[in-house]
Amino acid sequence: MANHDIHLTVRKGTVHALVGENGAGKSTLMKILYGMQKPDEGTIAIDGEQVSFSSPADAIVRGIGMVHQHFMLADNLTVLENVVLGSEKLYGIGGKARRKIKEISERYGLDVHPDLLVEELGVAARQRVEILKVLYRGARTLILDEPTAVLVPQEVDALFANLRELKAEGLSVIFISHKLGEVLSVADDITVIRRGTTVGTAVPAETTPRQLAEMMVGSELPTPETAESTVTDRPVLTVDKLRLVAPGGKAVLDDISFTIHAGEVLGIAGVEGNGQTELVDALIGLRHADSGTIALEGEEITAWATRKRREQGIGYIPEDRHRHGLLLEAPLWENRILGHVTETPNAKGVWLDPKAAQADTRRIVTEYDVRTPGIDVTAASLSGGNQQKLIVGREMSHHPKFLIAAHPTRGVDVGAQAAIWDHIREARREGLAVLLISADLDELIGLSDTLRVIYNGKLVADADPATITPEELGSAMTGAATGHLEHEETPETGKAPESPEDEAR
Amino acid sequence: MKKFDKERVLLAVAGPVIALAVAFALSAIVLIASGKNPVEPFSVMFEQLSFSDIQVRIINQATLYYIAALAVAIGFRMNLFNIGVDGQYQLAAMMAAIVGAHANLPAALQVPLLLLTAILTGAFWSGIAGVLKVTRGVSEVVATIMLNAIATSVIAYLWLPDVFGVKVGNNNTTGEMYESGWIPGIDLGKSGEIYGLVVLAVLLGIGYWVVLNRTRFGFDLRASGASETAAAASGVDPKRMVLTAMLISGGLAGLAGLPILMGDTHTYSLNFPTGIGFLGIGIALLGRNSPVGIAFAALLWAWLDKASPELDFHGYDKEIAVIMQGLIVLSVVVSYEAVREWGLRRQQRRVGAELAAGHVLGADNNTKEAAGR
Repeated sequence: MANHDIHLTVRKGTVHALVGENGAGKSTLMKILYGMQKPDEGTIAIDGEQVSFSSPADAIVRGIGMVHQHFMLADNLTVLENVVLGSEKLYGIGGKARRKIKEISERYGLDVHPDLLVEELGVAARQRVEILKVLYRGARTLILDEPTAVLVPQEVDALFANLRELKAEGLSVIFISHKLGEVLSVADDITVIRRGTTVGTAVPAETTPRQLAEMMVGSELPTPETAESTVTDRPVLTVDKLRLVAPGGKAVLDDISFTIHAGEVLGIAGVEGNGQTELVDALIGLRHADSGTIALEGEEITAWATRKRREQGIGYIPEDRHRHGLLLEAPLWENRILGHVTETPNAKGVWLDPKAAQADTRRIVTEYDVRTPGIDVTAASLSGGNQQKLIVGREMSHHPKFLIAAHPTRGVDVGAQAAIWDHIREARREGLAVLLISADLDELIGLSDTLRVIYNGKLVADADPATITPEELGSAMTGAATGHLEHEETPETGKAPESPEDEAR
Repeated sequence: MKKFDKERVLLAVAGPVIALAVAFALSAIVLIASGKNPVEPFSVMFEQLSFSDIQVRIINQATLYYIAALAVAIGFRMNLFNIGVDGQYQLAAMMAAIVGAHANLPAALQVPLLLLTAILTGAFWSGIAGVLKVTRGVSEVVATIMLNAIATSVIAYLWLPDVFGVKVGNNNTTGEMYESGWIPGIDLGKSGEIYGLVVLAVLLGIGYWVVLNRTRFGFDLRASGASETAAAASGVDPKRMVLTAMLISGGLAGLAGLPILMGDTHTYSLNFPTGIGFLGIGIALLGRNSPVGIAFAALLWAWLDKASPELDFHGYDKEIAVIMQGLIVLSVVVSYEAVREWGLRRQQRRVGAELAAGHVLGADNNTKEAAGR
């Protein structure tokens, strides 16, 4: 279930922010509002009138428009052509459309020029074209999905100015974000979503980023607790001053140094897009460091290719299992071979050993409780949780020394989640070193022996999972706190002031 | 589990059957539209199948098609479109013909020498496209098309009398090959001869299957074709895989012209068959990149080729066969995609149903499962 018991009321002429962690269910909610997905229960009403959408076209007719996170523009067409594409009936494709575009552009201060090629535009200008596109189609309610993710601060300010124009004209904006500072500066109302449900609303004027972060991450005690420490002093993975530069010249990882010992789980907390993906890629060998070193059990592996790293004992539970972990249209037993094609039981010399691979797949299916009628069905026919259990089983079957677990329980149901945690804990007891990346702070705090916070490609803070709370971690993730995060009993500089309810803990 | 096996076979057969039925129906419509009898041309062509000399010609033609289609298919298996099989096989056949006309070793050395020449020439030609793709990001489609055009010019140059050409009447040839490089056919008396290298085609088909399905390399290749990202994360070096696949594809393509060169013409002349590389694309598509499927598809294509001339004697145009080949390719693309999606959805539903009914592997029916294997 991605969403349940969602209550959301957007007033006319306001900017309504929807905040929540990644995977909290914001996108699903937006898909429902925009007609891309149908709700199983519940109703949507516009201006008091109950509506039901079976496609985005219905939503557009009702005046709801969406600006996607990833722009949907044809680079080699002009702005005018992009705007009229698919809506040629509204104002034609010629002078009338051009006049309309200019009119909208002037009215809302969008500064859009109809005859430029989209490929000549920068990111911010493209975003304004997207907004104009939606307005051109007559939208009165705009949904903006993480619009600031791609913008630099000045562009964010400009965008917010545009949004204020829009609401001054009586339009409503739903603004999805997990950047709390921005939300507080632009929104009139805030609704917080956690684990698929609305957990509360907030008025920006009366709320601090810290309070909002608490609402976002929740204040339940972590469930995935590791009982006793199994950390040894034998380093398994040592990363030293790792640096990775994006094609544009921006460092996506900078000065990353850490050591993971046998039996240790190192948790990396951070808002998505702060370098986690790049860190995982650098460790598994999909990208190679521009400087710095990676060592596995004392041996430098910086220059090793992915296959060699996997053969030498790096396990990998990828963030996006469909893109990096599975061949969706291949049977389960071939997916069991994926990533370990050179290792037993999958191969003998250069030859595959399908019989042994199939037998071992059956073992994994049983031991890891992968719910499937057989091993010849395609991976695509399994649910996400069962796909993930297969991947975990596959990686664990090769007794890795070091495991990269990126969002190991994302999109997985509660039962499978507990099972995956158990497997990680068990392997850790046997001396596995784990790098855990997760958006679920409870999972991070509960499983990790050590916590680091990544922000803008740098490890900016560290914390002791035994004492830290998700709220405290949350504030460091937004860049508000750095250095060693102490629990409030021994406060430190740079950390937000404690609120009374923390005392009770 | 057996159920899913059976289902896969059903799905594999459904695509081509639907495509062929649609293609036949559309061809009949074309015939009706031109005021002709929509059935008779087919019965005429089917009748041709019963003549043993036509059978031999079909098999010979299919041999060339088969090797060319395998070359295309190996590229398809990893999402590479080697459209340059045409240039690769022609250039390779010419190089083999030239070597065969100038070197005269004992047959036991001469034959391998000619095969190797063809493989290396084909691989070299496709390798250019491969290198361009991995170093400069040039689309292999564009590069191989260009290389086809260049191959044509290279061939024209090599035909010049002061290069390697030998004029025979009005024909450009490369001179007759030494007999040590000839491969005797399977003599069927009056019906003709089947190319000796039909054996090579069969071996290549078996090798193709074994390499793809039973070796680590084949797994990596298929994984790259199924999901580039998942393959990279699994440890496949994408660039090396692109280059290797292009080289293998080109090497195979190089062999496509040899059955006729070494079995029949013994020289590379203006009469040498052209266009086989392009036909191979359609044949690989129809055969779903499987060695058995491609064999059937190659035979079907060869039948349409060799049976259609008879139509001229019955008042029909033999171009009907060409129209039909085109229609088959079109319907194949549509029907395969439809069947594939339908099959995936159907399996998802059935897996859901089986799970709901409690048929879970590893539960109580575990023993039955093992016994069923």
